[in-house]
Amino acid sequence: MSLRTSLKALPTLLRIGFSEAVAYRAEMIIWVLATTMPLIMLALWSAVARGGPVGRFGQAEFTGYFLAAFCVRQMTSSWVAWLVSYEVKQGTLAMRLLRPISPLLAYATEVLAGIPLRVAIVLPVLGISVWVAGAERAVPTSLGGWGLFALGIAGAWLITFYLNVLLGTLSLFLESSQKLMEVYMVLFFVCSGYMFPVEFFPPGVRTVMEWLPFRYQMGLPVELLTGAHAAKEAWALLAAQWAWVAGLGVVSTVVWRRGLARFAAFGG
Amino acid sequence: MISVRGLRKHYQVHKRPPGLKAALRSLVHRDYTAVKAVDGISFDIQPGERVGFLGPNGAGKTTTLKVLAGLLHPSEGEVTVDGHVPRFREEAFLKKIMLVMGQKQQLLWDLPPSETFELNRAIYDVPRLQYKQTLDELVSLLELEELIGKPTRQLSLGERMKCELAAALIHRPRVLFLDEPTIGLDVSMQVTMRAFIKAYNEQTGATLILTSHYMDDVAALCPRVIVIDKGQLSYDGSLDALVQRVRPEKRVVLRLGQPVDAALLTPLGKVVSHEPGSAVLQVQQDAVNATVGRALSTLPVTDLTVENAPLEEVMSELFQEGKARRAEAAREEVPA
Repeated sequence: MSLRTSLKALPTLLRIGFSEAVAYRAEMIIWVLATTMPLIMLALWSAVARGGPVGRFGQAEFTGYFLAAFCVRQMTSSWVAWLVSYEVKQGTLAMRLLRPISPLLAYATEVLAGIPLRVAIVLPVLGISVWVAGAERAVPTSLGGWGLFALGIAGAWLITFYLNVLLGTLSLFLESSQKLMEVYMVLFFVCSGYMFPVEFFPPGVRTVMEWLPFRYQMGLPVELLTGAHAAKEAWALLAAQWAWVAGLGVVSTVVWRRGLARFAAFGG
Repeated sequence: MISVRGLRKHYQVHKRPPGLKAALRSLVHRDYTAVKAVDGISFDIQPGERVGFLGPNGAGKTTTLKVLAGLLHPSEGEVTVDGHVPRFREEAFLKKIMLVMGQKQQLLWDLPPSETFELNRAIYDVPRLQYKQTLDELVSLLELEELIGKPTRQLSLGERMKCELAAALIHRPRVLFLDEPTIGLDVSMQVTMRAFIKAYNEQTGATLILTSHYMDDVAALCPRVIVIDKGQLSYDGSLDALVQRVRPEKRVVLRLGQPVDAALLTPLGKVVSHEPGSAVLQVQQDAVNATVGRALSTLPVTDLTVENAPLEEVMSELFQEGKARRAEAAREEVPA
């Protein structure tokens, strides 16, 4: 689909995506309840910090970090891997391929359209974070800080989206990519900063983490939201994050196109 | 409009016998079989034609439609639809075609059909005025006024299919592929759908290719049929000529005022069925007049019609012929 037609269709796609998100609001609330791991980790690490700070993290820092992690997860989550895998197996991907619009754009707008509802959950949580942990540990205190966070959260969303596309597309090559998705989720939980800050890893392991994409999906935007980095350091990390965005964008698109040639459109 | 030359679509399918031993063996060694879903078919379809694509289950009909719609990449052969190569899925191509599958839906399940219509308007970049005109026509012809505001999940199958068809036509496709569009619908809904599809073809000049296991769909819509069996083309021509070729005999259907003895029917022709109030005879074409005359003079006939053999029987006989031919060929290939 041409860029002009895509842009013209985008408001309608987003509006209808939002209507669908509203129709599935109960499902979304259940999903939100299922993503309360940072709140559990907050309780755990706060208890640890009661005996003294862990690195730079006291109780207030842990509160700011894990409430930010909860918010970032709400804003960057994606279910495209499961959707693609399901649609490949059922053959319903055929209906998307018949339309003169990139299925990847359609998936992206479906996920993006749900964000306004998630913001409604995120804002009060951020408010609580500011109240409990203090503004300087919960949100950026300057406009520039907000700008860096905006770049960080956009990059995190794109990395998550492209990894989902990649994993979902593997179902066009393998009989099922469900197990790979489970492996991905475990790696994400452990390596991204979702269960504990990446800086808690020993130095050698941390270097490995810097080279993997997971840290840029969660840890970096959380750190930018909680003001953990000076501007220079933040820009360097954002550059690494956007290199991942570009790389995964190319790889997932190539794999998607090659996968489509194998699509068998089963089932009717 | 559509040109197909030497189309082949082969799949590699993993095969293993049942049981734990076979499952464990397949971990290290997998056996694949080549399935020839479509095996070298060629045909042309002119603009505005209505063509029925027929064949038994697994014949390759839907595979061919999916190749024509750009969903599947052919293994071999050349396919063009209105000058486009379908597998490239160019925007201009996708805006000209639509594939309606009776077993798949494009309607958004939890939103009213009107939202899918609006989505398609945006995706196909249909100008607002044209969209309104088309939608008004579709709503009126398919009687959708009461339906388009209800969530799709609350519609009956027939209501949903009508809305599916409307959603498929919002952009006025020039080529319409219909894969069993009346499957599961009641008789009255089937009639409505057929009438609508025919009217769309006549009004817009759109080319139409239909697959259906309901022969009434084919008889009502398709002057020309293409029959494929085991991936190979076994007939391409008019429906009437197909019937003449496979079942040249005619059926004389008699309504009887009172029950008659079977012995009175046998001399008139082959008795296909005999009930107390009716009988069906099968006779050679050149014997129809004589049979009708004798029936009227010797039997208490209240009504009489002369028909072709039912299409279902014609097709069944055609498929049996194909099966017998393949079995014969296989026998000849086995060395003595």
